[in-house]
Amino acid sequence: MKKPEEIFEILKNKFPDSDIQIDLETPTEPIISIPPKRVYEISLFLRDEDGLLFDSLMCLSGVDDANGEKIKDEDGSETIKGGTLSVYYHLYSVSLKHKITIRTETDRENPEVDSVEPVWKTADWHEREAYDMFGIIFLNHPNLQRILMPYDWDAGYPLRKDYKNPEFYKGMKVPY
Amino acid sequence: MLKNKQRKLLIDMGLLDQQFSDSNIVITKAEDLMNWARLSSLWQLGFGLACCAIEMMATSASHYDFDRFGVIPRPSPRQSDIIIISGTVTLKMALRIKRLYEQMPDPKYIISMGSCSNCGGPYWEHGYHVLKGVDRVIPVDVFVPGCPPRPEALLEGLLKLQEKIRTETLRKKSV
Repeated sequence: MKKPEEIFEILKNKFPDSDIQIDLETPTEPIISIPPKRVYEISLFLRDEDGLLFDSLMCLSGVDDANGEKIKDEDGSETIKGGTLSVYYHLYSVSLKHKITIRTETDRENPEVDSVEPVWKTADWHEREAYDMFGIIFLNHPNLQRILMPYDWDAGYPLRKDYKNPEFYKGMKVPY
Repeated sequence: MLKNKQRKLLIDMGLLDQQFSDSNIVITKAEDLMNWARLSSLWQLGFGLACCAIEMMATSASHYDFDRFGVIPRPSPRQSDIIIISGTVTLKMALRIKRLYEQMPDPKYIISMGSCSNCGGPYWEHGYHVLKGVDRVIPVDVFVPGCPPRPEALLEGLLKLQEKIRTETLRKKSV
């Protein structure tokens, strides 16, 4: 059983050329930030390294940080330009009974993150959902298509903070 | 030949306006007979969407016994007379509901059960994925309010539908 701080030190030593940071000021457990294009190899290491053995991905969530430049539209709504989208991974080791929260940040205009589907099969649908709701592209995902919204939904990604619902979908009025 | 008990039932239902002394003949209007047959055997499409479907299943079960009104679930829209929209209608599901409705043979009826399918319910404002009322895609006969409605409310909705069917006419309606 290891504390997040110890796991952070292990990662820091194993991947010295990656920008890995730890945030200890969170109200919950500490969060370790890793670069989006290193997610796959770091995940594989977390899963297979003796003493870590994170065999379970409890949850994978997308987040819109909404930290870009907010541009007011004519109708009063806001569009966000720039900034970041994040993906959070909650990992648990069944055998060692420890857990960790990993976060990666990606560019909002071109959001690309490594897929961890080859590492934890759970990630398949979770990543599809994050793609569906936030438009985050998971590189090397075997079947990255929408999971909840209609497959042909072309009005954007609903959980982005500047999302605007369309007036009609296939002849059906959408707003109340 | 009708047995006395059956004839009494028909009289009680207002289908027969007179009782005959001979017990082997019934006179009624074709319209009344058709309506009576229809409203007494509403086969329901076995179809549920959300938490309302649980109440609908409870209504079908022995305690509330939908079958005493002639409502039994059918596994195919081709054999169904009524569809109960029991739950949240998403935009994705709305297209499927429309298709199911179109697959049902006439005459067909719709009960919209619960706030979600009536008007979007709790998703009315921020439900980017919810159709705000199933009557935007198919013509609803009876709206049952509630979130979810209790089985008694659904039964009341069915009785309202039966009342509606009782007054139907075979005459061609002008469009």
